[in-house]
Amino acid sequence: MAQRGIREFDAKRMLARLLPEYLNDFNYKGEVALAGPDTDLDGMAAENLWLTKKKLVVKPDQLFGKRGAHGLVLLDATWQQARKYIEEKMGSEAVVGNTAGMLTHFLIEPYIPHEEELYVAISSDYEGDNIFFSTEGGVCVEEKWDQVARIHVDTLKGIDKADLLSRMPASLGDRKEQMARFVEALFKFYSECGFAYLEINPFTLVDGSIIPLDMVAKLDDAEEFWCRKKWGDLEFPEPFGRSLSPEEQYIKDIDAKTGASLKLTILNPRGHVWTMIAGGGASVIYTDTISDLGFAGELANYGEYSGDPNTEETYHYTKTILDLMTREKDPRGKILLIGGAIANFTDVANTFKGIVMALREYRVKLKEHGVKIYVRRGGPNYEEGLKLMRRLGTELGVPIEVFGPETHMTRIVPLALKEA
Amino acid sequence: MRENYSLFDRNTQSFVYGYQVNAIQRMLDFDYISRRETPSVAAIINPSRAGIHKVFWGTREILLPMYRTIPDAVAKHPQVDVMVNFASHRSAFETTMEAMDQDSIMTVAVIAEGVPERQARIMAATAREKGKTIIGPATVGGLVAGAFRIGNTAGTIENIVASRLYRPGCVGFVSKSGGMLNEAFNIISRNSNGIFEGMAIGGDRYPGSTMLDHILRFEANPEIAMIACLGELGGEDEYRIIEALKAGKITKPLVAWVTGTCATMLPGSVQFGHAGAKADTEKETARAKNQAFAEAGAHVPNSFDDYGDVVARVYQMVKEQGKVKEFAEPDVPTIPVDYGKALSTGLIRRPTTFICTISDDSGEELLYAGKKISDVLEQNMGIGGVIGLLWFKKELPDYASRFIELVLQIVADHGPAVSAAHNSIVASCAGKDLISSLASGLLTIGPRFGGAIDDAAREFKMAYESGLTPEQFVTEMKRKGINIPGIGHRIKSVKNPDMRVQLLISYARKNFARTDLLNYALQVESITTAKKGNLILNVDGCIGILFLDLMSSCDIFSKQDIDDVVKHGYLNGLFALGRSIGMIGHILDQKRQGARLYRHPTEDINYMLPTPEE
Repeated sequence: MAQRGIREFDAKRMLARLLPEYLNDFNYKGEVALAGPDTDLDGMAAENLWLTKKKLVVKPDQLFGKRGAHGLVLLDATWQQARKYIEEKMGSEAVVGNTAGMLTHFLIEPYIPHEEELYVAISSDYEGDNIFFSTEGGVCVEEKWDQVARIHVDTLKGIDKADLLSRMPASLGDRKEQMARFVEALFKFYSECGFAYLEINPFTLVDGSIIPLDMVAKLDDAEEFWCRKKWGDLEFPEPFGRSLSPEEQYIKDIDAKTGASLKLTILNPRGHVWTMIAGGGASVIYTDTISDLGFAGELANYGEYSGDPNTEETYHYTKTILDLMTREKDPRGKILLIGGAIANFTDVANTFKGIVMALREYRVKLKEHGVKIYVRRGGPNYEEGLKLMRRLGTELGVPIEVFGPETHMTRIVPLALKEA
Repeated sequence: MRENYSLFDRNTQSFVYGYQVNAIQRMLDFDYISRRETPSVAAIINPSRAGIHKVFWGTREILLPMYRTIPDAVAKHPQVDVMVNFASHRSAFETTMEAMDQDSIMTVAVIAEGVPERQARIMAATAREKGKTIIGPATVGGLVAGAFRIGNTAGTIENIVASRLYRPGCVGFVSKSGGMLNEAFNIISRNSNGIFEGMAIGGDRYPGSTMLDHILRFEANPEIAMIACLGELGGEDEYRIIEALKAGKITKPLVAWVTGTCATMLPGSVQFGHAGAKADTEKETARAKNQAFAEAGAHVPNSFDDYGDVVARVYQMVKEQGKVKEFAEPDVPTIPVDYGKALSTGLIRRPTTFICTISDDSGEELLYAGKKISDVLEQNMGIGGVIGLLWFKKELPDYASRFIELVLQIVADHGPAVSAAHNSIVASCAGKDLISSLASGLLTIGPRFGGAIDDAAREFKMAYESGLTPEQFVTEMKRKGINIPGIGHRIKSVKNPDMRVQLLISYARKNFARTDLLNYALQVESITTAKKGNLILNVDGCIGILFLDLMSSCDIFSKQDIDDVVKHGYLNGLFALGRSIGMIGHILDQKRQGARLYRHPTEDINYMLPTPEE
């Protein structure tokens, strides 16, 4: 559960669909189309008649900004030009900041010639929400940050108590009221539709109507239960440059179905240090210790399971990791750290049962790849769990070193890495 | 009255929202080894059921009241000022807000993970406005050593004893991570005189109370000599502590470590397990925070590995300064091991009350007499085969299974007028449900109705085995004045034979190796029918006798097995089973028709009461 970026495509569709509930004269039509790797462009043009009738803008829609500065925005294009552009760029690599990634999704919308660029953004912090508004929007808004009006909205008092009208920049002239109403509606949209961040930079006015030109939004995915309907069919794409491997996707799918938590991020599939750590807090500390000892580059994955997963879940989780770590041989052998703090209520023996099942299945491969396993855990039924692991080592003929709460939590890290 | 720096003491009582039987028992076990006088849980709030719940208080059982709503509980227990809220992420917000609306509730611990950020912020702001405290969401909670434990904090009783949490030490600890709380208790108890209070605020972005909130309480609490905290990358909570340090609001020595130093070394951005654990700016990185802590005068280890060493060093320092109170270690009462746990670890044993030798549902797949249900189906064992497994614990040869099925089909129904069907119809017409109506019919099965199968089998078997000739048997029975069971039919006779009997006999002749008892019975029949045409071997007698022939001609049954069948009334079971099919049919038939209550016509009853003179 966390804040998750959504595509500009989805943000604009939501705005067009839902903002009129808060602002009845908002008439932005939400003419947007998204081209992905499998999109049938002819079909898309047939469904969205405006595509072939209007001049268009095309830009990648993959959760990164400054697209203009990276030369990735096509302006004032015909459908034929837009099409050609998408077909050329689709699947090609782009470098944004320090991140390289593949271009896979493009937003297409009508090209709006404009001069005026306004800026509005809403973010949240511990004390409340903050609205930022400026008539000097666009790519350079940060350079003119002193001209941005910042309106704080108290969490409990809400927007009705914030005197928006008086806080609107004087430069708006007779449009102050219109903008105040827009900002108020946008705020309600933000707070009632599960947003954690929203930025429209810039937006402009065409014949008095507000048109968003560029949008960035994050949702709080914990709101799903309440906002599923408002969100419609949107998806949460991975950050640019990170696509989920099938294994990561598999664990993510299991995670989504259970009350427990299962996380897997592959950092370096050729690394020879693999981890399976119980607990959100402990997993970070193990990772810290590994990188403190200079093995960050050798760390193959970040992995965490917690919230009392059942035997079946830990079995599938372990199998996934064992499968990954026994694909390529490493002359140094491999290390698997099965660590964790002293659990509060997770039944250690039960979670270990699933791990043991998977290890048993991989007996031959574990030996072939020279895998050494280090275990450290405490908590309910830990004696039983550790006993299972010790017995397993003898049974499989795989070296398994087992430690309980009397050994410092991360002690197994130097023990394991010294041998590496 | 409690000081306002203290959320819980040895008299604090709480409501547990949610029927969390394990957590409740853990809280009470903690109370017991802390030698509290009253249980820390005054009542349970369970939206689906009011009533009582039984818990252990040491070895004794006590009752906790259970209410459906928070106001109900509050009205009955005005002294309670804490709610431990186990509501799911879907209802954590509304229940917490409702609890904070109650004047008497001052602290709510919210356990649920996945509470939306806006809801969390509203809860936090409401608590601040009302001067109340929220711990969580997304946390295991926290505890005050020897006084009060929230839910599952600190895990098992063994762990609580190992970390000496049943009595107060002098260290105040706070972390984000609930999972690390227990580990920290362990580390701190090894490196000092132990925990006074330990809290986990939860790993979400907007916790209801911050680490600083708790640290300021620790600062104000004279029982606490030193403070330890464990932060995390992401967010700015740690900077609030650092500001307070710089401003001189924290004067007690503070051991601080921020985890997540690895983040800058890893490729790309990893979302760690906690929602809040992600550095969006350089300032939010673990390295920056640790450095800022050190600069502000906190005791910062080189890595988490040294956390315990630094705690030990600071503890020695405050001890030398005379800030640590000396106390004698109290005795710890032992908590009896839970029966289930002791049994599963082989510590104790107990004789069982029941033995079951026919089926087993305790494994991965249901077994009938050791045979997997999937094999039963795969091998098409049928109802006859299943009866073989569950009644005889044997795999019957095919012809035997089919014989049983033949019997079941034959006895399945005999029209609406016979006792069982009639009774079930009358019960059904009286508006009784299917099972009651069926039971009403089944209860007629006995010596006069249906029960002839058993009796016939027994009498014929006894006569045959004791070597009586058919003539001797008939004479003997006549002398005793007993009608031979299994002989005689109301309508059928030699000239008008019973089709069902014919079918059974021809099946047996074709499939059984021997039919000794049948042959004997037919000799008896030839004697009785010579006297009267309707004294034929009837269907009950035929089933009972053929079943014994089946068993003695099939080498999987011993003599003992055959004796058991007669002795225990297996054969009436066969009748009851088969006839249930018909009875259920009759009952459903009546229900479909919407049949009304049946009352027997009075003209059909001869009222013959004693006259007054008599």
